[in-house]
Amino acid sequence: MMNDSKSPHDFVAPHLKNVPRSGIRDFFEIVNTRKDVISLGIGEPDFITPWHIRESSIYALNRGATSYTANLGLWELRKAISEYVNRRFHADYDPATEIMITVGVSEALDVAIRALISPGDEVLYHEPCYVSYAPVIAFAHGIPVAVETHADDDFRLRIDQLEAKVTPRTRVLMLNFPTNPTGSVLHQKDVEDIAAFAIRHNLVVITDEIYSELTYEAERVSIAAVPGMRERTIFLNGFSKAWAMTGYRIGFSCAPAPLTDAMMKLHQYTMLCAPILAQKAAIEALANGDDALAHMRSTYRQRRNLMVDGLQAAGLRCHIPQGAFYTFASIGHFGMRSHDFAMRFLEEENVACVPGTAFGACGEGFIRCAYATGTAKIETAMERLRTFTSRL
Amino acid sequence: MNELLQLLRENGRESAETLATMLGLSVEEIQNQIQSWEEAGVIRGYQAVINEEATEVDYVRAAIEVRITPERGDGYDRIALRIGRFPEVESVFLMSGGYDLLVFVKGDNLRTVASFVNQRLATIEGVLSTATHFTLKTYKDQGVLMQDEQYDERLQVSP
Repeated sequence: MMNDSKSPHDFVAPHLKNVPRSGIRDFFEIVNTRKDVISLGIGEPDFITPWHIRESSIYALNRGATSYTANLGLWELRKAISEYVNRRFHADYDPATEIMITVGVSEALDVAIRALISPGDEVLYHEPCYVSYAPVIAFAHGIPVAVETHADDDFRLRIDQLEAKVTPRTRVLMLNFPTNPTGSVLHQKDVEDIAAFAIRHNLVVITDEIYSELTYEAERVSIAAVPGMRERTIFLNGFSKAWAMTGYRIGFSCAPAPLTDAMMKLHQYTMLCAPILAQKAAIEALANGDDALAHMRSTYRQRRNLMVDGLQAAGLRCHIPQGAFYTFASIGHFGMRSHDFAMRFLEEENVACVPGTAFGACGEGFIRCAYATGTAKIETAMERLRTFTSRL
Repeated sequence: MNELLQLLRENGRESAETLATMLGLSVEEIQNQIQSWEEAGVIRGYQAVINEEATEVDYVRAAIEVRITPERGDGYDRIALRIGRFPEVESVFLMSGGYDLLVFVKGDNLRTVASFVNQRLATIEGVLSTATHFTLKTYKDQGVLMQDEQYDERLQVSP
């Protein structure tokens, strides 16, 4: 038979071709060509992993911890996570059958989606959001359905907007609060309403709570703890943001045994297990990391105040983010598009921020500035922003 | 510890304006609080943390274990303060265990420190014995590492 393929491009699976490259990636390549940029575009802590955690990795390595672990992860870590999730999120999970250690929340998210949906199933997620949600759904042959959130609502998720997008094909609702990039959080009433919505439409909720430890004035609430939600919730969390362990690549999922078992099949045959050194480090973080976490949390809150003040002084409109380490400020009234604003700010003042559109179309008119950077840099960047906007 | 005190401990030169913004207080509240700590003697000074090995000024530092006889009424305090008033003495701590006072002394060279111990310290009435340990290198002082270990290979922009 004739083969009419003409270039390697034709070999790529069609559902992948349709997924665009991350807008952040493009912007990164431009920023990378410049020198001495102050970057407010970095989505990870500027803290190094606390020394007691790094030190425990060295100890583990000295003792020869270089093997595979159980697929679900080290028993000691799963037990510690069970206690931690109970203590901090008021949700009960059996470490033997309901907790799985993953390679970051990213892997947990991927296996959760693949474990739940069939081709053509719809998944609701809120925008602006982390860049990987829609692609991960598309990779599983699902249909990503974005639900917009707005600055007027502090970027919280509204039920009427969910109701407008739900269909008989909707299987899953994805949540990420506190949200990257908006720093938005949900209140008790919000999670209860969303829970009722999920039950009404028989949806599974995947809740990515990677930023939950970085919640400031607001009370920390999880939908996993709402009565009636346990059997339809996959709770995801990890160590990257709370304990500044991004490079360790370590996260976990908590879900009822049948769901964990399904996710486990994917994990077992693809990843096998999370790296043992990262698992050992995570045990140390949970056992002795409270003080380091409290210190980082209060430092982020202080920097947030500094940045919000600076953004407002420069004429940007910004709600006070209650979680994560991002501000999502409105620049629409300058009569510029997000991308143009970010590009000019970079070219004229050598400060990098991320155009809101990298996080979904409804991010137009916003920029994301991360305060995971030192106070001196934040102050300089905000000074430059004032200079910049005074020219607009 | 109080959040403001903690911030001052990390950076004593932070401006009142910045501190006020970070903590959500007014500049006046910050200034008043700092002033009242200074007046009450809670804050006893502001100093630069210096990596002396980078200054090319030679010096010698010693940790001296001192055993003393406590006095009726004053205990260890009078002798400890008498030792502490010497400008050569950087710190004095009352210790549990095999000796009583741990005294850090700094001088231009070995001879000046030795002479301080011989002439000044050991001769104080009530001092029973001294054991002097010279420091060889400073790795960390006042909570600050003497070499940079910041390792930042984060991508300039990331999701």
